[in-house]
Amino acid sequence: MTGAQIAANALEGIRHGERKRLAAQLFNGFMYGAIGLAFLALVALIGQTAVKGLPGLSLQFFTNFPSRINPSTSGAQSAIVGTVYLTLLTAVFVIPVGIATALYLEEYADKTRWWNRLIEVNIQNLAAVPSVVYGILGLAFIVRGPLGIGPVLLAGGLTLGLLVLPVVIIVARESIRAVPPSIRDGALALGATKWQTVSRQVLPSARAGIVTGVILSLSRAIGETAPLLVIGAASSPRFNPSGLNDAFTALPIQIFTWTQDPNPQFVDQAATASIVLLLILLGMNGIAIVLRNRYEQRW
Amino acid sequence: MGSRSFSATVTNRGGELSSLDESLPEPTGAEVLPGESVRTSEVMSSLDHHEKGIPTSDAGLGMTIFDCQDVEVFYGSHQAIRDVSLSFGLREVTALIGPSGCGKSTFLRCLNRMNDLIPGAKVGGHVIYHGQDLYAPEIDPVQVRKRIGMVFQKPNPFPKSIYDNVAFGPRVVGMEGDMDEIVERALVRGALWEEVKDRLDENAFGMSGGQQQRLCIARALATDPDVLLMDEPCSALDPISTGRIEDLMSELKERISIVIVTHNMQQAARVSDKTAFFNVELAADEKSRTGVVVEYDATETIFTNPSDKRTEDYVTGKFG
Ligand SMILES: Nc1ncnc2c1ncn2[C@@H]1O[C@H](COP(=O)(O)OP(=O)(O)OP(=O)(O)O)[C@@H](O)[C@H]1O
Ligand SMILES: [Mg+2]
Repeated sequence: MTGAQIAANALEGIRHGERKRLAAQLFNGFMYGAIGLAFLALVALIGQTAVKGLPGLSLQFFTNFPSRINPSTSGAQSAIVGTVYLTLLTAVFVIPVGIATALYLEEYADKTRWWNRLIEVNIQNLAAVPSVVYGILGLAFIVRGPLGIGPVLLAGGLTLGLLVLPVVIIVARESIRAVPPSIRDGALALGATKWQTVSRQVLPSARAGIVTGVILSLSRAIGETAPLLVIGAASSPRFNPSGLNDAFTALPIQIFTWTQDPNPQFVDQAATASIVLLLILLGMNGIAIVLRNRYEQRW
Repeated sequence: MGSRSFSATVTNRGGELSSLDESLPEPTGAEVLPGESVRTSEVMSSLDHHEKGIPTSDAGLGMTIFDCQDVEVFYGSHQAIRDVSLSFGLREVTALIGPSGCGKSTFLRCLNRMNDLIPGAKVGGHVIYHGQDLYAPEIDPVQVRKRIGMVFQKPNPFPKSIYDNVAFGPRVVGMEGDMDEIVERALVRGALWEEVKDRLDENAFGMSGGQQQRLCIARALATDPDVLLMDEPCSALDPISTGRIEDLMSELKERISIVIVTHNMQQAARVSDKTAFFNVELAADEKSRTGVVVEYDATETIFTNPSDKRTEDYVTGKFG
């Protein structure tokens, strides 16, 4: 075999690769096209919202209550305050319950028992249930039915809490599971009790992941419209909720109400409120990213 | 290096034999009568404060700290070890050697009830510690682990500062006294103080593997344990770090008893007074493999004049 033949043999495989590369390039092109399309749609949406909504973004928008008659004096104070209260309430409800459930399932539950497996499967399924169903649940059990507290702020918080609870549990469990067993062994071998091990080593090590997950879940709750509509949030109230037992509204509800208005100036107000909602979401996700980058434990 | 530990072995052995002759080990330091039902915490508290309770002189040498009788462990239906009867001398280093999977770690975990944490693990037989059966119903495993420290194969520092790593044990067991002093004393005993005294606030994950392992030893020493169980503590370390830890062990031996699992024959020969050779035995049906103790003797005897052919083959590197 001559040197040229050897080279030709060796190169054959390489030339063969050219066809494959073409296929890969086509696929790459397709993927970029898909991403581009999605991105374009997003830009168009945000662009349109900005064009319509930005002119209305003034201090007055934050300090005035929604008006039914006069768009120029209308604002979203009750909706913004309602959203903040709702978020805090949801957090107060979901953080202890979610973390305690995750700890039980990861650290204490005997997975060979059928009821623990049943709980697990159920939580996975609940996370996939459409939000409107939680609204119906809230309406039947919290607003009316056993609790019967009416369409008040507390009912909104509890309903949104139920909605995000499965997600919080799943995220918290993942963070707890990421703590290596050797950390638990190390603590237990030093004479720590199970609870000391969990509360002083496992939970602090999983903290960053849990906090990030909770914030992301809450930002999902903030954007939810359907369950609040179903349980009967107020539309355009000219007052802030003064307590847990007061009527309330939230930004998505206010946006929805405004988009239904025949007056196009109110529709523009919906765009302004959307910008405010987007900024809140961006802020929360930003905080989550910063927290994760700064405190995430690498093993 | 070998001669140093061998000479120590010979001096220890005379005393050791005499105590092995006694059917029941005398409780040391503690005012515990054999047969009396005692809560571990009482045994423990009477053993607190080594400085006072157990002097670092030769007193107590030759006494038995652990007397294991017919210990067996099942993982589900699989029997991992059976008929392990070994006794360990006070302030001696005992090495457990043997091929992979013969149950050395399993046995070691029986000594501080770490096997309790493995779902499906069942321990049978008796592990008598200072005259008290650690598997008696009235014994609280958490209290056992306070007295019997453990160092793992892979360094497992907590993702916290060096200081907090060492202080964790004393905090959870509620040790009295100045925490700074407790931490310093533990780090000095762990031969790490000089290297880390200026960076106690730094995260332990920033240390080298060898330093991390010495931190884990210091951490285990912080609660003043009576015994240190070490499961291949040097297998992830370079020779220099290994040498440091071996030196450390011979210092620690002045005050505490050590049981070490190792795959390194030279290490066993260098650091230990007595050596137990474990091996796997096939059951009659040739399916299940169970670990047993083949031979247990002074380290020198195991390595130079073993009485069992399998021991000889193993220590000379013919198998395993
Ligand atoms: N957690 C566990 N669950 C089930 N079986 C186990 C468990 N740990 C160990 N075993 C089994 O018990 C036997 C002894 O294992 P062990 O880890 O004690 O051996 P070893 O002598 O320490 O081995 P090595 O030298 O590789 O560390 C093995 O057959 C192993 O598969
Ligand atoms: Mg092992």
